Parts: sequence; structure tokens; C-alpha cells
Amino acid sequence: MDISFVLIILLFGAAATYFVGDKWASKAALIFSTAAFAATIYITYLFIEGIEPVSFIKVWVEDPKIMLAFEADGLSLTMLLLTTALTPIIILSSFRNTIKNSRAFYALIMFMAFAMAGTFISVDGFVYYIFWELSLLPIYFIALIWGNGDYESRKKAVIKFFIYTFAGSLFMLAAFIFLYQRTGSFLTINLYKAFLTSNEQFFIFLAFFLAYAIKIPIIPFHTWQANVYQKSPTAGTMLLSGIMLKMAIYSIIRWQLPIAPKPAAELMYVFVGLCIAGVIYGSILALKQTDLKKLLAYSSLAHVGLIAAGAYSITLDGLRGAVLQMIAHGFGVVGLFYAAEIISRRYNTGEISEMGGIRSQTPKFTSMFLILVLASVALPATFNFVGEFELLYSMAQTNIWFAVIAGTTIILGAFYMLRMFQQVMLGEQNTKPFADVTFGEGFVFVTIITVLIVFGLYPKPIVDFITPDLQAILVIINRN
Amino acid sequence: MYTLIAIAGLGIICLIAEIFNLRKAIIPVTILGLLGTLGLTAADFGKVNSFYNNMIITDSYSAAYSSLFIILTIFLVALSGSFHKEHKAKISDFIAIKLFLLTGAIAMVSFGNMAMFFLGIEILSISLYVLAASQPKDLKSNEAGMKYFLMGAFASGFILFGIALIYGATGSFDTHTIYGALLENGSNVPQWFFIGVVMLSVGLLFKIAAVPFHFWAPDVYQGSPALTTATMSTLAKVAAMAAFFKLMISINRTVPGSYITIISIISILSMTVGNLTALVQTNVKRMLAFSGISHAGFMLMVFFNPRFTAGTLLYYTAAYSLAGIAAFAVLLAVCGSKGDEEVYRFNGFGKRNPLMAGILTCSLLSMAGIPIFAGFFAKFFLFNQVISSGHIAIVIIAIVNSIISVGYYFKLILAMYTKDDISEKESIPVAYTIVAVLSIVLNIALGLFPSYVVGIL
Repeated sequence: MDISFVLIILLFGAAATYFVGDKWASKAALIFSTAAFAATIYITYLFIEGIEPVSFIKVWVEDPKIMLAFEADGLSLTMLLLTTALTPIIILSSFRNTIKNSRAFYALIMFMAFAMAGTFISVDGFVYYIFWELSLLPIYFIALIWGNGDYESRKKAVIKFFIYTFAGSLFMLAAFIFLYQRTGSFLTINLYKAFLTSNEQFFIFLAFFLAYAIKIPIIPFHTWQANVYQKSPTAGTMLLSGIMLKMAIYSIIRWQLPIAPKPAAELMYVFVGLCIAGVIYGSILALKQTDLKKLLAYSSLAHVGLIAAGAYSITLDGLRGAVLQMIAHGFGVVGLFYAAEIISRRYNTGEISEMGGIRSQTPKFTSMFLILVLASVALPATFNFVGEFELLYSMAQTNIWFAVIAGTTIILGAFYMLRMFQQVMLGEQNTKPFADVTFGEGFVFVTIITVLIVFGLYPKPIVDFITPDLQAILVIINRN
Repeated sequence: MYTLIAIAGLGIICLIAEIFNLRKAIIPVTILGLLGTLGLTAADFGKVNSFYNNMIITDSYSAAYSSLFIILTIFLVALSGSFHKEHKAKISDFIAIKLFLLTGAIAMVSFGNMAMFFLGIEILSISLYVLAASQPKDLKSNEAGMKYFLMGAFASGFILFGIALIYGATGSFDTHTIYGALLENGSNVPQWFFIGVVMLSVGLLFKIAAVPFHFWAPDVYQGSPALTTATMSTLAKVAAMAAFFKLMISINRTVPGSYITIISIISILSMTVGNLTALVQTNVKRMLAFSGISHAGFMLMVFFNPRFTAGTLLYYTAAYSLAGIAAFAVLLAVCGSKGDEEVYRFNGFGKRNPLMAGILTCSLLSMAGIPIFAGFFAKFFLFNQVISSGHIAIVIIAIVNSIISVGYYFKLILAMYTKDDISEKESIPVAYTIVAVLSIVLNIALGLFPSYVVGIL
């Protein structure tokens, strides 16, 4: 069994989900996504124990030479695990919603998982690019068709998102073609060895940066984000914030830095600075939000800014912190958006001012939501703390002021998250009734919280799993 | 050669069938006949034959393009039955003209002599003039036919004058002789040879509707019956582009720098003007016309490196025309033969008919250049060639244009999936569905197995 098996399950699952019809679509999607998760775990096991090779390589197009090459290492397997673990959770979280034409909805989610999984495991630049672009289509339709709010403004937000990301990635394609002209190959191993002048590296770095900065998003390319997060159905927001933006951060580590290390090192302060600016900007805007999902969107902007800063700092701690925090943030943000979804579904509003006084009616929900909020502000003993700590430490290694500035945002983060929690949950008992979590909802929360706390207390397995690969990548980055 | 004779014969059979009152058999017989000639043409692949003193030379290039044209014609003929159901009596004329148009197109890619080339172009054009004006009671159709005829005749004049000048400079219509004369004389070729080439180019740029020779296209596309527009924007455009390319490489293997400069300016203009104007259109046929103009701009980029780009052009034209056929099949299904192809007609189409809406979405995504559709690979191969010939700047412009094009392609997709239903569920003829499905399947197959097409030339 090789790693392409996961892709096959997901793609087949997407088709099966569509054809079983509206009634069974959600169950089929859940079954296939869980199967993909199981397959990923099995492949990880095979990989760690070294029982059999799990890579898959086949020539797809002879001229220009394009290979269907999927390779497993600690880094890509970690991201694959994140994707396949979050997909069933995301599917499960939409179970309670009545969704029109649900077979298309779930099939698109499965297809999106397929595309994102492909992005994480491809080592051929061209195939990677195809998966990267393919992941854009399903989320476009999910946000457009099943999104909420006024149609005209939603249309505007979604099309802006599409054109932004499409624009960014086309420049990445140009960079890949240019690299192909130089090396005659799209494979990472050959691209890492490409001999490029500083000038060429600079332009390639910029082309990649455009694609990734838009997707993460790093300011000033973030303008699409909050609106799309707010307007998408919650499953779409979870896919976007939980997995899709991780594609970009992963790509920085896997593609951008090793291929164009010189500008990365020379302009490190600029890019880290931009990311840190995003942290502050996101935090400040989050303070002023009155819409729950928008607040979470801006807090996410702040968090991923710090993750990207860690990746651009080109230190082992930065890269490792970025990967750890990607996982922590992936689970955490999915949980938070799910909580927001539950509240707004029961109260039929996204405005924070119309909420409040939920706590006394829902002890279980309140405690789970509180744990997620605390994890999001990186309370020690949660996974987010491990990641954030490593990231801040890497900032301190590059320039102490970065660490100081980025550190203050933790205080800001604690402030707006806890204030949000207070306004949403606490206060005088709300007159509107609020049912406590059902078993399905509770299951989602418990899974997420378990992951966050278990790895918060014992992150060693993941750290050990990814560190050798990150060290290898650092060697390639520092090759000159 | 046998392809040409067979298809012309098929056209005549169509006309005779009318006399014997066999109208019902015309379309099936034509499709079967075309499938037969497709086999015949494919068998020619890889061989070089010349006929009638090099009037016609068939080689891999002509066989590949002839096959593409025949496939496109099969689709167009299959669409005709339902499209012309109110003019059943004239069906033989419509089919016969399409077949003659196909002979013209095939002559345009298998010529060995300028005279044959001109004959091909004229057969194709005259058939199109007739088809454009084929709804005599519709004012717009008349206008389209007249406009296209006047402008097209003018362009043909240019081509003819160009051929005459080339003859004056080299003393021959034969492409081999012209090529030989150029090799022999080197830079001593009389000036009017170049003037001739420029005039030829102007005529052909008119036929492919490149800016600034594009002004006829939107009006003619909009005014003509939808099926004719489909023919113009797929078969005719692709044939003209293939002929243009063949002409340039057969009389002059290395394109001089100043000519490349002109072509690149025209290419940039076509892309940009076509795309920007398409953004503001509300009529789908008109929008597709402008999108076709921008695609012509993309196709012109093959001239930067003509020795290696024959396969790329074949792939691009195949991807573009198959997506075009699929799009037009859906357009016909939505709007029928009545006219009024405004975007709002597509509102809620995604709910009324998910299959056809999905096909239109796929074909528009292919034109926009989104993987895994063939349109994406077409752009990729093209960009790859252009970058390797050192024209990075024009690739950047092309990329910006691809981004712009998303705007109008998605306008239609948005209308289909998000706007509320306004019209009744239309009953869609089976033929439209079959053609749409087949052409989009071919398009996706091209995307999944690109080597089979891009590598054969």
C-alpha cells in the first residue's frame, strides 16, 4: 500500500458521495473520510517502522517531463494526517444542518480534501500546482452556493477570493515553468539543486510569495479573508482556516525556502516584519469586531501571521514551531468555528451583542468552549502553547524586538478572546432557550480537545517525527 | 486527399438525398460518413503524400488537423438536427454547407500551393457567409451575413494581393519553390515579398479575429444563428489559425525578429482588448466572441518558436474548440434557436439541469485555464514554449489576462448557480446533451493524457 492510496480513497469517496444521493451523502462522506484517515495512519505506521516503501512515482507526461510523484516524509505525513483527521470532523460538524442538495456539498468537501491531501504529498512541482489549484474550485462553490448572508455581497467576497488566489498561483506556475527550463525537471530533489543567480532567486521567491501570502493571508494580501470566512458556511470556513491556509505555510517550508534561499535569508527581516505586522493588525481588528465569526477570522489572521513569521525566520525552532502550531491551530480553529456555528445556529445571529447569558443553560458547552478559547490564547498544557512558545523563541533568535512585539499580541489575544467569551457566554441568563450540546456535537468537541491537550502535555512524538526532515530542509536552505 | 474527395462527395450526397426525400437519413448518414473519413484521415498519419503537382500535400500536420476538424464537424452536424427542427425542409442545405465548409478547412491545412490555400479559405468563408445569413427573416442574421461578407471579401482581397506579390518576388505559387527561392537568395529577396507576407498576415489575422482586425467578430457572432456562431468560433477560427501557422512555416522556417515584434504586439492587444471588453458583455454569444479574440491572442504566441510549437498549437486549438463546442451545446440547450442569449437566461440553470450546467462550468473552467481541464495544459505548454524562447514579459501579460478572464467566465457560472430560477425547465434535445457530454469528456481526456496530442507533431 502506498501513499497514493489515500488520494484514491478520497477521490473515490467524492464520487461515491455524489452518487449515493442526498439522503446518504453525509454518511458516505463520513465513512470515506474516516477510511482515508485510517489509511493515513496505517501508512504512517508503515513509514515509521520502515516495513515497505510508501512513495509512489510514475511518469505522467513525457515531454515536458511531469511525474506523478508522491512521497512521504515526516513533514508531509504530518500534514496529511492533519488533513484526513480534520475532514471527518468537519463533515461531522455539518450533520445537524439541513443542507440543500447535500450530495454535491459533501462531494465537494471530499474533493477538496483530496486536492489538499495531494498538495501535501506531491513532490513534483507541476502536480503540486494542479492540486493546489484544484483545491480552489470546491471551496469557491461551497462558499458561493451554501454560504450565508446577502447574495450580492457574498458573490463579491467569493469572487474576490477566487481571483486573488488564482492570480497568486498563476505567478507560481510561471516560476515553476522557469525552473523547469533551468533544470529539466519539476521534482523537488532537482529543483533544490537548481543553480540560480540571486536575481533569479529573487523573482522566483516573489512569485511564490505572492501565491502563499494571498492564501495564508499575510498583509497586505489579506483583504479577502474576513469576508469570506464570515460568508462561507461553517464547513467552508473550517476547510479554509483549518487546512487550506496550512497548504501555503507548508509550501513555504517545502518549496519556497529551499528553492530560493538567498532572498529568504537576505530579506528575512522584511518578510518576518510583514508577518508580525499581520499579527498586530489582526489582533487590533479582532478587538473591534461585533460579529463572532469575523472576530475569529481576525484572530486566525493574527495566529497564522505568527506561524508564517516562524517559517520565514529560517531557524529550526521557527520551522518546527510553525508545523506544531499549524496542527494546533488547525484543530483549535475548527473547534472555535464549530462553537460559533452552534451558537449562531441556535440564536440565528452572528452578532455578539445579541448573545450572552448562555452559560447557566449549557454547562457542557460552556466548559468545552472555554477550553478551546484558552487553547487559542496558548494557555500552558495546551498544544497551542508548545507551538507558540517555539515560534516566539525563534523570533527571539532572529531579533529580540520581533519576539517582544509578537509577544504583546498574546496579551491582546487573551484580552479579546476572553472578552468575547464573557460577552457571548456569561452575564444574566438569556431569555432565549439554548439547548446543551448533543452527542454528535459533544463528540466533535471532545475529539478536538483531546488532541489539543494530549499533545500539549506530550508533544514529543510529533516533534521527533518532524525534526529530522526540518533539519534536512534547513541544510538545503543553508547550502550556499 | 481521399479525405477531401470523400467529404465533398458526402456533401453532394446530402443534396441528392433531398431530392429522394430521405431527409431523416441525412444526419445519421453524414455522421457515419464523417466517422469513416476520420478513420481514413487517421490512417494517413505519419506519411507524406503529394497530389496534382504538389497542389495538395498531406502529412502528419494536415492529418492531425483534418481529424480535429472532422471531429468538430461531427459535433456540429449532430447539433444541427434539433437546432433546425423548424426548418426541416432545408436540413440538407445546412448539412451540405457544413460539409463544404469542412472541405475548405481541410484544404487550408493540406495545401502545397498558394492557389489551393486561397481556394480553401474561400470555400470556408463563403460557406460561413451563407450560414451567417441563414435566417433570412431575422434582421440581425442578415446584418451579420452582410457585414461578414463585406469585411471577409476585403480580407480575401488582401490575401490575394499578398499571394500575387509573393508570386512576383519568387515566381511561384508552390510553397516548396518559394521556400527554395528564399534559401537561394537570402537577403536579396525583393522587398515586395515582405509586403506580400504582411498582406497575407493581415488577411489571416482578420480571419482569426485578432485585434485590430476584430471589429466584425462581436456583431457577426451575436447576429448569426447560434449554431453558426459555434461553427465560426470553433471550426473556422481553428482552421484559420492552423492555416496561418502552416503557411508561415512552409514558406519561411525562421521568423524574422521584426515580424515577431508585430506578432507579439498583436497578441498582447488581442488578449487584453478581448478580455477587457468581454468583462462588460451581457450577451453570452458576444462574450464568447471576445473570449475567442483573446484566445486568438494566446494562439499567436506559437509564432515565437515556430519550429517546436506545432504540437502546442494543435493541443491549444483542440482544447479550445472542444470546450467551445461543449459551451455552445449548452447555450443552444438554454436559449434554443430563438435568439436572446443574455446572461440572465442562465439564471438558476444549475438547479434546473445540473448535468448541462456542470458541463458548461467545466468548459468555462477549461477556457479560463484551470487544471485538470485541457485548457490549462494548453496554456501551460504554450507558456513553457514561450519562456524557453525567452519572452518572459509576454507570459506575464498572458498570465494577467488569464486572471482577468476568470471575471467573465465566472459571471456565467455565478448566474447558473446562485441566481434564482426565472424560467421554466426547458426540454433539452438528446443530441445537445450527447454532444456536450462527449466534447467535455474529450476535453478532460486531453487534460488527463496530454502527451498523446502534444507529442504527435
